[in-house]
Amino acid sequence: MGVEGIGARALRKEDKRFITGKGRYTDDIVLPRMGYAAFVRSPHAHAKVVSIDARAALEMPGVDAVLTGDQLVADGIGNIICGWMIHSKDGSPMNMGAWRALEPEIVRHVGQAVAVVIADSQGEAKDAADAVVVEYEELPAVVDPIAAMADGAPQLHPEAANNLIFDWDIGDEAAVNAAFEQAAHVTKMEVHNNRLVPNAMEPRAAVADYNEAEEHHTLYTTSQNPHVARLVLSAFYNIAPEHKLRVIAPDVGGGFGSKIYIYPEEMVCLWASKRVGRPVKWVCDRTEAFLTDAHGRDHRSEAELALDADNKIIAFRVKTVANLGAYMSLFSSSVPTYLYATLLSGQYDIPAIHCNVKTVYTNTTPVDAYRGAGRPEATYLVERIMETAAREVGLSPADFRRKNFIRSFPHQTPVIMCYDAGDYDATLDAALKAIDYDGFAARKAEAASRGKLRGIGMSCYIEACGIAPSAAVGSLGAGVGLWESAEVRVNPVGTIEVLTGAHSHGQGHETTFAQLISERFGLDTDAVSIVHGDTDKVQFGMGTYGSRSGAVGMSAVVKALDKVEEKAKKIAAHLMEAAEGDIQIEGGELKVAGTDKKLTFTEVALAAYTAHNLPEGMEPGLKEGAFYDPTNFTFPSGTYICEVEVDPETGKTAIISFVAADDFGNIINPMIVEGQVHGGLTQGIGQALLENAAYDENGQLITASYMDYCMPRADDVPSYQLSTHVTECPGNPLGMKGCGEAGAIGSPPAVINAITDAINNNDLTMPATPEQVWQLCQGSMKMAAE
Amino acid sequence: MYETNYHRAGTLDEAASLFSKSDDPKFLSGGQTLIATMKQRLAAPSDLIDLGHVPEMHGICEDGDAIAIGATTTHSEVAASELVRSKIPGLAKLANGIGDPAVRHMGTIGGSVANNDPAADYPSALVALGATVSTNKRSLPAEDFFTGMFDTALEEDEIIVSVTFPVVEKSAYAKYPNPASRYAMAGVFVAKHKDGSVKVAVTGAGQDGVFRVAAMESALSSNWSADAVADISVSADDMMADIHGSAAYRANLVTVMAKRALEAAG
Ligand SMILES: Cc1cc2nc3c(=O)[nH]c(=O)nc-3n(C[C@H](O)[C@H](O)[C@H](O)COP(=O)(O)OP(=O)(O)OC[C@H]3O[C@@H](n4cnc5c(N)ncnc54)[C@H](O)[C@@H]3O)c2cc1C
Repeated sequence: MGVEGIGARALRKEDKRFITGKGRYTDDIVLPRMGYAAFVRSPHAHAKVVSIDARAALEMPGVDAVLTGDQLVADGIGNIICGWMIHSKDGSPMNMGAWRALEPEIVRHVGQAVAVVIADSQGEAKDAADAVVVEYEELPAVVDPIAAMADGAPQLHPEAANNLIFDWDIGDEAAVNAAFEQAAHVTKMEVHNNRLVPNAMEPRAAVADYNEAEEHHTLYTTSQNPHVARLVLSAFYNIAPEHKLRVIAPDVGGGFGSKIYIYPEEMVCLWASKRVGRPVKWVCDRTEAFLTDAHGRDHRSEAELALDADNKIIAFRVKTVANLGAYMSLFSSSVPTYLYATLLSGQYDIPAIHCNVKTVYTNTTPVDAYRGAGRPEATYLVERIMETAAREVGLSPADFRRKNFIRSFPHQTPVIMCYDAGDYDATLDAALKAIDYDGFAARKAEAASRGKLRGIGMSCYIEACGIAPSAAVGSLGAGVGLWESAEVRVNPVGTIEVLTGAHSHGQGHETTFAQLISERFGLDTDAVSIVHGDTDKVQFGMGTYGSRSGAVGMSAVVKALDKVEEKAKKIAAHLMEAAEGDIQIEGGELKVAGTDKKLTFTEVALAAYTAHNLPEGMEPGLKEGAFYDPTNFTFPSGTYICEVEVDPETGKTAIISFVAADDFGNIINPMIVEGQVHGGLTQGIGQALLENAAYDENGQLITASYMDYCMPRADDVPSYQLSTHVTECPGNPLGMKGCGEAGAIGSPPAVINAITDAINNNDLTMPATPEQVWQLCQGSMKMAAE
Repeated sequence: MYETNYHRAGTLDEAASLFSKSDDPKFLSGGQTLIATMKQRLAAPSDLIDLGHVPEMHGICEDGDAIAIGATTTHSEVAASELVRSKIPGLAKLANGIGDPAVRHMGTIGGSVANNDPAADYPSALVALGATVSTNKRSLPAEDFFTGMFDTALEEDEIIVSVTFPVVEKSAYAKYPNPASRYAMAGVFVAKHKDGSVKVAVTGAGQDGVFRVAAMESALSSNWSADAVADISVSADDMMADIHGSAAYRANLVTVMAKRALEAAG
C-alpha cells in the first residue's frame, strides 16, 4: 500500500476480503452444539394474545424448546428502552409504553414476536414456529399518526393518552407570531416525509453463547456500536453484568442506523442460550427485516415562511407530527426533536423560528434514526419551502437563497445550533457552474422538442454531524455521552494497532484510520491494523453513526497519537543525546534536526520495550489511550442541483444530471468520501422517486418485499458530478466535518424541486411515482387547455 | 423452505412417471418462480422433478416458416439467438428485458409460460405471434392455452415441451416496467403477420392476464403506424390496480406502450 497520508486516494484495505468473499459476518460464525432460533410473529397489527399452544411444535423433529414472553418476564428480563428523555412543553416526561422482547399480552404491530423456537437446524426451527398455535383476539388498529391522535382512535399504550408520546416545542413562539404579523409575504405548505425501510445488505443476526461454568455470555451480533449494546443489555435488560458479557460485532454489512439499536431478537438469543444450555443463532430473513428493522422518517408537517418586503426571511413556523410506530426504539425520541428542529435554520439567517413536534404511537414498525436522522426531514422542509417561496415572489431560486445566506461565523441560530464555519456562496457557485445553470433554458427547449419536460431544482443543505459534546446532549436528555475513545498500541517491532470505539459497517475505517498513522509517522499503511468491534479487545467506545467516526473517532486517535509521538521523541532524544525539541519525524524515522543522526521508528519502539536505556523515570512501552469529547457539532453543508426530464406520457422521471458541491472540511481519503456521497445521493434519490413503506388501513405492510418496495438501482441514477470545497472545521484537530449522511440529507428536495419545476405543479409528494407525476401532468395539461 | 425431494429426469417419460409416483410433486425448470415461492414457505411440494436435463426440451431451431423454442431454453439464450434476433426481433428484445441477467440465465420460456403470471412478458408474445404450445400430450394455440391469471389449460401432469412461433413480417415489444419488481405494468407486443393480419397483445395490465386489443388491430391492419393507435384506449374497468398504478394509469400505459412498440417496429 505504501505511505498514504491525509488526502491520499488509498485503496480500501478491507476490500480484498469483502470482494473475495472472505469477510467474517455474524452468520459465518458457527459454534459447536449450536441451536437455531425462529420467531413466532404476529400476523395482526393489534391484538390480544389469548393463548400460545406449543405442544405440537415441541413434538416436531429437532425441536429443543419453545419460549414465550411469560417466561421472559418471569426471568426478570427488562423492557426495551428509549435512551433519550424528551419532556413535553408542559414539562411532563414522554409517555413511554412497555416494550417486551417477546410480547405476552398485546401485540402492536405486524411481525412482533410472541414466542421463539430453538431447534437443531434453521429449517426445523422455522417449521416448528409455523406449528406454534397462537390464539389472538383482534383489536382495531391505527396506522395514520393524525388519526391516531383523534379521540376514539384505537389506543396502543395505557401510558399514552390519544397515543401522544410527547408534545414538544423549540424556539420563541411569541417572536415568531409577532414577525408573521409584519410579513410582506407568507409561503405556506404541507410537507410529508415518506417512511423508509433501511435495507442494509446484511440482515441483522446474532449468535449468543452462554458459558455456564463462568456465568459468562458472548454475543456476536450485527452492531454499529457493540459497547453501547453491552451497556444497555447489562444495565437495562438484566442479561448479565458488563464484565460477564462480551459483545463482538465482526464485519457488519451496512446499517444506515438500523444496527444502532438493541432489538428483541438479539436479546432473546442471549436469554435463550442460557435457558437451553447451548449457543443460539438467529439470522433475520428479508421479510423479517422489512417488518422489524427500525424504519426511518415518516413526518407530516405544516410550514410557513414569513418574508419582508425585501424578500428577507423574518420568521419560520413549523408544526410536525412524527410517527414513531408501535414502540419507542432506542434513539427514536431524539430524531424528530434535537436532530431535526435544530436544523430548521438551514443555511439562512432567520431571526425567529418556532417548531412544535408531536410524536405518536401507531400500529406500525418502530421508527428510529436512518441515514441522516432528522436532518433529511429538516432539509426537505426548508429546501422545499425555499424553492416554493422563490417561485412565489418571482426570484430565481439561487438569488433568493443568496439573499438569505448566513455569511458571518460563528452564527447562533434561534434553534440551539451555533454554526462554526462555512461558505455557502462557494458551494452554490460551484454547483451552478458544474451544471451549467445558464444553459438550462436551451436544454429545456431541446427536451420540449422531443416531447419531454425538463426541470431543474436545487437544495442548499446544512447538517450537523460529529454528535456531540457530551454535556450538551446530556442537558438535552441523552442517556449517554457522545465522546469517542482510541488507543494507539505500538508493537516492539514498530507496527501499530489502533483500537477505536468507532465501528465500521462499510465506511472503510481500516483504511482511513491507518492513513492518520501513515501521515503522522511516515509509516506504510500496511504496518497499521485497526481493531474494533469487540468489547473484550477495545476500551469502551460509542460506535459509528451520525457521521461521527471521523470528526469524533479520529480526533481521539489524534490525541492518542500526540502522546505516542511525545514519548517516542523523548526516547529518541535520550538515545541520540539531543534536545527533545530538535527531534523531527519524517519518513518513518526520528531525526535530529540539522544533523544526520536518526533512528528508525522500529528502533525507537524496540527501545521502549527492551527498556534497557530509557530516560530517567520513564515507564517502559509505547502505548497511549485518549478520550475525545467534541466541542461542538460539526456542520457540513453544500449545494446539490438536479436536472430531470419527465416523460409526460408515462410520468416517468429520468435524472439527467446531478451535481453535488460539498463542504466536508478536511478530507482524509477523497475516494472514500466520493463513495459515501454516491451512496448517500442514491439513497436520497431512492426516497424522492422510489421508496415508500406503505401500510394498509389494517396495519399490514404492503411493501414487505422487493417486489413492491422499490430500491434504487444503478440505472435509476446518473453519473454524479462531485466537488468539494473546504472550510476547515475549527472544532476538532483534523478540521473535519463528516460526509456519511450529507448525500441522503441534501438530495431529496433537489429532486422534487426539479420535478415540480418540470411539470409546473408544486403538489408533489415523495416518492414521486410515475403515476403521481402523470396525474399531475394530466391536471396541468387540462389547465393549459382551459 | 420446507423439506422436499429432488429428482432429475433424463427423459420426458421419466419425468411423467416420477410425477405420477409422487405425493404432491411439481415440475422444476429455472426455479426463478418456484424456488422463490418455496423459500417464502408459500409452496411445499413433496417432490421436485427437474426438467432441465431432458434433451428434447432444450434449444432453438428453425422449423419451416417458424421457430421452435424448447421449454427449458433460458431467456438469455432466446435473447442472444441470431435466429430469433433476425427473424422475430421483438421476441429477442422481450427476452432480453426479463428481470436481470441472473434471472435471464436461469429462467426459462416453459416455466414462464406455465406460470402465466399476469405481469410476465412472454404471454404477450405468444398471443400476438399466434404461437403454438406443444406438450407431452398435445399442441394448442396460445390463446387457448392462457386461461386467466396464473391459469393455463395445462393438466396437472402435463409438461410443456416447446413453443413454436411463426416468423412474422414485423414485430416489436414495448414494456413499462413496474419500478420495484421490473415485471411488466403494461407490456404491448405488436405483430404484423405475413398474411397481412395484425395482432396486438397486452400483458401486465389486464385483470385476467394477457389480452388482445381488437380496436388497435383493426386500425393497424389499414395503417401500420404509431399514429393509428394513439387515440385508441382500453377500458380502465378491465385493468388491474395496485399501489404501483391505478386502473386508469395502466390503461394509459397500454396506449403509450402500443405507440412505442410501433415506433420500434418501423
Ligand atoms: C428477480 C426476478 C425478476 C423477474 N422479472 C421478470 C420479468 O421482468 N418478466 C417476466 O416475465 N418474468 C420475470 N421473472 C420470472 C422469470 O421469468 C421466471 O423465469 C419465470 O417466471 C418462471 O420460469 P422458470 O424457468 O424459472 O420456472 P420455475 O420457477 O422452475 O417454474 C415455474 C412454474 O412452472 C412450472 N413449470 C416449469 N416448467 C414447466 C414445463 N416445462 N411444463 C409444465 N410446467 C412447468 C413449475 O412447476 C412451476 O409451477 C422474474 C423472476 C425473478 C426471480
